[in-house]
Amino acid sequence: MIINSARYIKDVDNNNTAINATIDGVVLSVPLDPANRHYQAILEWVADGNTIEAAE
Amino acid sequence: MSKAADLARTASASETALSNRNVVINGDYTISQRGTSFSSQTGVAYHLDRWEMYGYNMGDGVYRVDQSTDAPAGFSNSNKVSCTTADASQDANNQMFFQQMIEGLNSSHINYFVSSPDTVTLSFWVKSNRTGSYSLGLKLSNNGSVQNNTATRIYNSTYSVSVANTWEKKTITIVMDTSSSTKVVTNGFAMALIFWLGGGTNRDESTANSWINNGNAATASDNLDILGSTSNDWYITGVQLEVGTVATPFEHRSYGQELALCQRYFYNYVSGNLKSVFAATAILANYISGVITFPVTMRAAPSAVIASGSDYYREYSSGASGFSDFTGERLDVNSATLSKNGGGPSIAAGDSAIVYTNNASASISFDAEL
Repeated sequence: MIINSARYIKDVDNNNTAINATIDGVVLSVPLDPANRHYQAILEWVADGNTIEAAE
Repeated sequence: MSKAADLARTASASETALSNRNVVINGDYTISQRGTSFSSQTGVAYHLDRWEMYGYNMGDGVYRVDQSTDAPAGFSNSNKVSCTTADASQDANNQMFFQQMIEGLNSSHINYFVSSPDTVTLSFWVKSNRTGSYSLGLKLSNNGSVQNNTATRIYNSTYSVSVANTWEKKTITIVMDTSSSTKVVTNGFAMALIFWLGGGTNRDESTANSWINNGNAATASDNLDILGSTSNDWYITGVQLEVGTVATPFEHRSYGQELALCQRYFYNYVSGNLKSVFAATAILANYISGVITFPVTMRAAPSAVIASGSDYYREYSSGASGFSDFTGERLDVNSATLSKNGGGPSIAAGDSAIVYTNNASASISFDAEL
């Protein structure tokens, strides 16, 4: 998977609950679940030195 | 059918179980939540439910996938792969295979990584314009190794297409792996069934008919370059993988059963214009949220895939206002909360609204594939 961007999504209580990511050109809301394949790819992307942006 | 013949048939089928024998989902390609035709494909993607095309170093090659009604007797559909733009010079590291990954919760009954493992039998119908040998494989995750990891175990084998453009049934029996590896029995990747369609010169010499560590390579065969010509096509249906030494008749499940099995991995919630999305509440001014409950528990918390475009969705409260998308604010195995905070909704805090799609291209789906 090619990850173009990743930014946390926060809920009304300001908790980070998911990640808004563009993966292979598709915008996804990705849960923080280690069993989710997109989240696994984001974690590998972070391990490669990339950063998930803070929620807006 | 006589009683004796009926009993004989039952005895044959009961080597494993009379139902739920097939660990492959959508092996007859009747379920197509993402669509039925996928053109201009160049890389990795899911098409018909549960089946993924895995392609790397494809050069100029372009393929398409279709849910075809060309099928052998007893089946209504097949999966067709065809080349639409040829790659004149196949990359030495080209890999192209059609696969279904199976989660551990659905394969834990199969004994392997033990000294006396089960035997499994794979059966399927295939048709192609090209005769000769083809490569296929069965992969096993070792203690959570992903499908392309070298710690993953693989058994490569071959099958032959004898007559061009004619449906043929193939059966392959495999004694499972005796290596001292660790089987996955959770909701993670445990097993993958792969049909090779492309393999460059660095990816076509894997050992056949024995369990080895995965080298991301096919075994030598005549047909490892489907992208070599726009004349090439490959159809498959009736894919069944079951415990035992006998290929029992394909296990036809009802459409509803098969759809529910697929929805554990992918759920197309809504697509098209003027479809109900949900009843929403404005938890703050101009900040609406609604909850979607899934029809079956998904394999993992899914990613929300929400088509975006100007005025794709509209909320109707005391007035009406359009907006382009949502965010998946809370995503769990049984439900999701989608929200839109500003950027369109015009609604007072505490008010409720009905949300509809407002464009033929609007869609919301959830992806928990392996």
